[in-house]
Formats: sequence, C-alpha cells, structure tokens
Amino acid sequence: MQIADLLRIPPETSRRQRADSTVVLITRLRLARNLASLPFPGWAKAGQRNDILAACQHAAQRVPQLRNGLHVSLSDLSDTERKILFERHLISKELSESRGAGVSISRDQSVSVMINEEDHIRLQVLRRGFDLKKSWNTATEIDDELEKHLDFAFHPQLGYLTSCPTNVGTGMRASAMMHLPGLVLAGHMEKVVRALNQVGIVVRGFFGEGSEASGSMFQISNQHTLGLAEPDILKKLSKFFNSIIEQELNARQVLLEKEHTKTCDKISRAYGILAHARLLNTAEAMNLLSLLRLASEVGFYPAQTVETLDRLLIEAQPNHIEHAVGRSIEPNQRDFFRAGLLREQVSRLPALDFSAGDA
Amino acid sequence: MAEPSQCQLCSQPATVHLTQIINNHVHTVHLCEACSMNKGVTDPKGFSLSAPLGGAAFPGDKDGSGPTCPSCGQRFSQFKDQGRLGCPGCYEAFTGSLMPMLADMHHSLQHAGKVPLRQFGRLALTQKASELQKELELAIREERYEDAARLRDELRLLSEQAANPTV
Repeated sequence: MQIADLLRIPPETSRRQRADSTVVLITRLRLARNLASLPFPGWAKAGQRNDILAACQHAAQRVPQLRNGLHVSLSDLSDTERKILFERHLISKELSESRGAGVSISRDQSVSVMINEEDHIRLQVLRRGFDLKKSWNTATEIDDELEKHLDFAFHPQLGYLTSCPTNVGTGMRASAMMHLPGLVLAGHMEKVVRALNQVGIVVRGFFGEGSEASGSMFQISNQHTLGLAEPDILKKLSKFFNSIIEQELNARQVLLEKEHTKTCDKISRAYGILAHARLLNTAEAMNLLSLLRLASEVGFYPAQTVETLDRLLIEAQPNHIEHAVGRSIEPNQRDFFRAGLLREQVSRLPALDFSAGDA
Repeated sequence: MAEPSQCQLCSQPATVHLTQIINNHVHTVHLCEACSMNKGVTDPKGFSLSAPLGGAAFPGDKDGSGPTCPSCGQRFSQFKDQGRLGCPGCYEAFTGSLMPMLADMHHSLQHAGKVPLRQFGRLALTQKASELQKELELAIREERYEDAARLRDELRLLSEQAANPTV
C-alpha cells in the first residue's frame, strides 16, 4: 500500500459511531515495547537504529492485522505527508522528527506501529467512540504477533522496560479524546482537571501545542503504568471516564435549561462565522466547530451531523488544508482556504432547529 | 501554614505553589514563574524527569554524575539531564536511584500485568537444553558417540535459537 492510497481513505476516527457515545470521539491505547539488549532509540547509534528499524519492520509486516497496510520509513515521506499522519493521530510529532524512524499503519487506520520513537516500538490502537476493552484486546493480540518475531525487554519485577521510567511496567497508556464544551462553558474544567490529577489521571488539550485546549477537546489518560494489571487500569479509567461523561451531560443540561437563549446564541454565532468568514485560523475554526458539534449532540442538528463535523475537525487542520490545496502555502493563505472549505461545507448542513433540543 | 515566599530553586519570589498527592503523600513545591516553566510544572503530564523538583527524586547523588550503565555507557547524570534511560540494562545499573523514583511515580514496584509469551518460551528452551545436556553426558559415558554427536548438534541449534530469537 502506498501513502497516497492511505490518505484517500477516511480515517477510522471519522467513521460512524453510536449516538450515545459522542462525548468520547476517540479511544486510543498504546503499548511501549523495546528489544532486549539493544539501546533505546534516543541512545542508539545510527547503525543500531537501522538494525532496530529493520527488525521491527520485518516483524510488523508479518502481523496479520497489518497485512495490506502501509509500511514505510519516515524518511520516504514528504513533510506534508508526515504532518497529515500526525494530524490523523497515526504518528507522533516525536516520530516525525526521529532519525531512522518507521511506521506501519493498518489499512483502516485503526492500528499504527511506530518504530524508533521514544521506544523501539509504540503500538497504537485508535477507535472511534468509547471502547477501552476492544482497544486493549486488539493491542494485546498485535503485541503477541510482534512478539513471535521480536524479543522484548522484560524484567520480572518491573515488567516491560521503557526508555522513560514513567512508562515502565505495562507500557500502556490508554486515553479518551473527549469533547467537553458543557464543562468548559460552565467554567468547571479546571476543577475537573484538578480532581482527576489527584487520582492519577492526566488531562491535556487535544488540539494544538502544549496545554492549549482549542475546540473543548481533551485527551484524558492514565498516569501510572506499573503495579496494576492492564484490565485493572482500564477498569479504573472506565469508571472515571463515565463519571466525566455524566458531568459533561449534566453541564449541558444546565446550560440548555438555565441559559437556553445564551447557548443558542453562541451556537448561532458560530454557525454565522463558519458560514461567512473569509479568514479562519485553526484554533478559531476548532472552537466554532466544537459549538456546532455541541448543537448536533443536543439535538439541534440531526444526529448524523456529528460525523460531518468530526471530519471537518480533522480536515481543518493546517496540513490537511495544505494537502487539499495541493501545494505549499503560507499560514495566512491557509486561513483563507480553511475559511473557504468550512463556508462551503457548513452551508450544506441542515438548518439548526432549536425547538428540537435534548429533553 | 504560611507558604514560603522564595522559590526553592533560586531566590526569586515564589508564585507557583504546586501540591501533588502521590500515593497518599502530599508533596508541595514552591517555585518562581521562570523555574516552574523550566521544570515543566505546567506540563500536565505531571512528572518532569529531566527536571527533578528540588532534586528530592534523586537521593544520595551529590556529585551529579552517579553510576554508569555497563551495557550502554550512559551515566546516571545523563539520564537526569535527558529524562530517558540508555538501554534496558540501565534499570539494573541505576536501581538504587531509580527505585525510589518509580515508587513515587507508580502504584507499586511489582509489575502485575502482561508477561511476554516468549518469556515462557525461553524458560522452556532452557529446560530443554538442560535435559539435552544430561542426555549428552550419559551418551558420552556410555560411549554412544553417534548419539552424542546428534545431541551436541541439537544443543547448538537450541543455543542459537535462544541467542537470536528474531530469526
């Protein structure tokens, strides 16, 4: 499979999902693995990195779930292609900047195996909606397949050994990408983040750099990797994720009941700007799309509108815009093309129906 | 309790007061804005290994260089700078300093999760090798040289398998 073929296929993360789980857009689970008796990528010499890449690619190509997938070295991809894979959450920023790096991606883009990132292998499973259990099952199956060809560094007491001790043990980080406009608009987010931190759960803004949380999108994940079995970590996460979802739904309810006009006004204004603006930067576009997503989640749009909006949340990212235009463009030109794309797509949405609202 | 007005790392006025609860212990750190940025306190990942807060995470390491990993040559001080270990062997080489850090970071110090299948496989391989070794010794004692040659070949194959499991 070639990279051009892959980019033509819509990513797993923009596919249809059950109507009851729209708060969680994506479940992501990754396992960190390293080959025994070889230095970690950050410490390995160029020749060793090439050996690691060759051994891991050899193994990844033999994994049944990755058959007919894309198997490439990052050095064979253009800058834009790399950035698009990053915007689709299929590779990390670190991987695209690493020497001797490679990636294997399943055809449906739900699995990616990053090679020579922080660890020799970062196996990642991405799923639409909220499904930690299935994500773990897929990940551990692929891990078993990889292990048929690779000897992983494992310590009887400390478990899987990783480059950074924060990942040692299970090497597992599971996260949910959540859309929390209710908690953000109500001003509760800071409180929620603090409470979660205390129970070993980490919250980060999903889009953009650092902790800037544009579009009310958050990535919420486990902090600890050593001392609990994977299913126990996931059980604990599930419990807290469900409670966040519940709080978000409550916050929306309150917004719709107590500040109905104000909330509808915010949504209408977001629509107005998206339908008419001539220049839109990424952060603004994310924030406005988030409000329309909220509208469709509470029933002001037909439920399937969520899919269109989730696709737009990806397509409005800088490198997706550049790829759609087909040539390298300046940031301000990107804002112009982004506004054009969103004008066209948003004006095709069905009319907002504020009488419909969530009961 | 009044909060210290000075940064614990430099003498600037402290404006960031970080309280974390890790394993039911309260850890409080007071920093100025610049140091808190440098130390990654604002990093929501919560732990910044390359920048230990007040150095408390690294007890007994006064001169700053620490031990060296015999497998890969990384010095403990380099781990402190970069936040990343050099190779799997570093966990043994730095165990004295790493264990308290791990205890602070995680639920416990005993892995309770998945074990690689190969781990069992390797065990089986070792057991088979010792059986073969006994048979070989017996064959030599009983002067069954053809058997001994076959057993020696099998043993050699087995040790190659154990040494090079990627093939």
